[in-house]
Amino acid sequence: MTERSEAVGARRRVALMVTCLVDQLAPEVGVAVVRVLRRQGVQVDFPRAQTCCGQAAWNGGLADEARALAERAIEIFEPYEAVVVPSGSCAGMVHHGYEEIFRDDAAWLARARALAAKTHEFSQYVVSVLGLVDLGAARDGTCAYHPSCHATRLLGLGDEPRRLLEAVRGLRIATLARAEDCCGFGGAFCAKLPELSDAIVGAKVSHLAQSGADTVVSSDVGCLLNIQGACKHRGLPIEALHIAQVLEGRKGGAA
Amino acid sequence: MSGLGLHDAFLDRARHALGQEHLKQAVRRTTDRLRDGRAAASAEAGAFEAWRDALSEARRRAIGRLDVVLQAWQARAEARGVLVHHAVDAREACDIVVGIARAKGARLAAKGKSMLSEEIELNQALEAACVEALETDLGEWIIQLAGERPSHIILPVVHKPRGEIRELFERHGGEPLSDETRVLAGYARDRLRAEFLRAELGVTGCNMAIAETGSIALFSNEGNGRMVSTLPRTHVALMGVERIVETLADFAHLVRLLPRSATGQRVTTYVNVLSGPARPGELDGPEELHVVVVDAGRTAQLAERDYRDALACVRCGACLNACPVYSAVGGHAYGTVYPGPIGAVIEPLYARDDERRAELAEASSLCGACHEACPVRIPLHDMLVRLRQDNARRGRGGPTALALQRIAARAMAVPFVYDAAGRIARRAARLAAGGGQLGRWALGSAPVLRELLRRRALPDVPIRSFRELWDELEEER
Ligand code: SF4
Repeated sequence: MTERSEAVGARRRVALMVTCLVDQLAPEVGVAVVRVLRRQGVQVDFPRAQTCCGQAAWNGGLADEARALAERAIEIFEPYEAVVVPSGSCAGMVHHGYEEIFRDDAAWLARARALAAKTHEFSQYVVSVLGLVDLGAARDGTCAYHPSCHATRLLGLGDEPRRLLEAVRGLRIATLARAEDCCGFGGAFCAKLPELSDAIVGAKVSHLAQSGADTVVSSDVGCLLNIQGACKHRGLPIEALHIAQVLEGRKGGAA
Repeated sequence: MSGLGLHDAFLDRARHALGQEHLKQAVRRTTDRLRDGRAAASAEAGAFEAWRDALSEARRRAIGRLDVVLQAWQARAEARGVLVHHAVDAREACDIVVGIARAKGARLAAKGKSMLSEEIELNQALEAACVEALETDLGEWIIQLAGERPSHIILPVVHKPRGEIRELFERHGGEPLSDETRVLAGYARDRLRAEFLRAELGVTGCNMAIAETGSIALFSNEGNGRMVSTLPRTHVALMGVERIVETLADFAHLVRLLPRSATGQRVTTYVNVLSGPARPGELDGPEELHVVVVDAGRTAQLAERDYRDALACVRCGACLNACPVYSAVGGHAYGTVYPGPIGAVIEPLYARDDERRAELAEASSLCGACHEACPVRIPLHDMLVRLRQDNARRGRGGPTALALQRIAARAMAVPFVYDAAGRIARRAARLAAGGGQLGRWALGSAPVLRELLRRRALPDVPIRSFRELWDELEEER
């Protein structure tokens, strides 16, 4: 199993676009991504100059600031053969947001598109580029998968995460009602309209509670922090994990 | 407490809505039912995505040469005896309708459901001219009796519990009723039918005009639209200047998609295509058919590439039903005639200088569910971002909030500043999580987060960032 997998990733080299949220608030997710990819023989680089893809600024209406950050990201990541992002939202920014930012600048648009063509959300990279589904991971328990809005609707992420989860030994996947509904994070939205965000995440939390899952898995740390915070606040013992953290696990129970 | 940093009127109204349990439940139940209906109808249809492409193309094609298409429509409509009027704004539109009512000596105008009528506040204008306006759509009539505004563009009373409707009717008729739909609808039908026959004027909206035939089309599930447009001797249709397609084939796409997107129905109960007043010898139809084509801020969008596609909207309401914000608070929280994602986009566009409408761009988590649901694929989420940019450019958004966001965004561009700021913020958050004097101070210094943290447990903030861990991670190899 392992030998075969290593052959798959050997000679591959990627740059990790860790995202500011993972960097600052969930470094263990970045660690998990690096370990999972290395196990498959992929060499992972971490360009230290990276900060933020510009999404927060863009969604906040700060077009110039967002553009400056997007240009930085393009300059930093374009030398690499592939870029892996543990976030459907930030990968979606590179794919969709950069199109919007550079729509009137042919030269930059071309560079943005070239970067987008080799930028993959983590599970996309594993399934579609490496061609792997079973990473030999194991975990006891029941998880519910929350597809993040930006992963699905901006990036077009399909069933890759689900296929990866289905291959995890011992892991059951619960049915999450209205899984595709927004969790109410929305970046600055949750701070600008906290009561509203709370009402939206409340629906997500009750669907999770009904699902019987002990863990909620997603491709986006923003959603996970939001859902985790809401579960904890309501005294619901549900753990929130990035999909890379689940795939990192080799033994039963929490990784 | 400044959440948006704009006027916070939306936030206040949203809070009010969130405090009303029955309203929240009624709205969510309805939006869930409607979007489930749409999902089922789209799955069943098979070619749904192809229909969406076709309707999107048809609407954009018509918008792309609106002047030509409108002229062609008008020429054909006039040839069949339709009287076409143009109004640049709400005021002119009302004046035209009032003028027609006066000329006909009308005392009662029976009305079909029309959001445009709400937008231009036609009822008020008619009443001011001593013409009684009677809403004949059940939902609209309830809204009229209650003295409210619709809270949804296709189901005006989603926010109203049945008990309240019964009480309204009891007060109106002075007789006790029950909560049953059959009883309530029956009461309304009896009362309204009697009035229809008195009305000298029928006023409706127009779901779509068809240039090829010079027609206007009305979709309705109650049949009142048909009565309003045929029984009174004069029929006035209000039409948004952008509501037109070129051909009958284009229109066929709408017939398929409008009901499926709006409610999940395969067909609307009544689709009336009107191509002129009754001709000599015909028994049905009005003696005069007027169409008032209303601009009211619409053609200005033709020149705005960021927002032009919003003119393709067919007012199906699917984006409202799909929206997590709308589903949580209902339509009145928006404080505008058109609520939900489409309202948050077009309301500021109809009145670019209105600060209160401008803040609606913030009333979204940018989840994109609206775009996904829209039969004409309007990128509403991108438009909301562009509107936020317009706001920022105009200095809207509260100077402090904007300045803070700007500083943060600029700090992000300088790695060592980003790194240092991250370290400080994480320490502060850890202090806050630890409680104590210092922690409270740290939290208090971030008032924006205070409200949020009242509703969320703090995350376990790490001591070291990923970049601080990287060297160790390299050694693992
Ligand atoms: S924007 Fe799209 S989904 Fe919303 S009402 Fe208009 S046509 Fe329907």
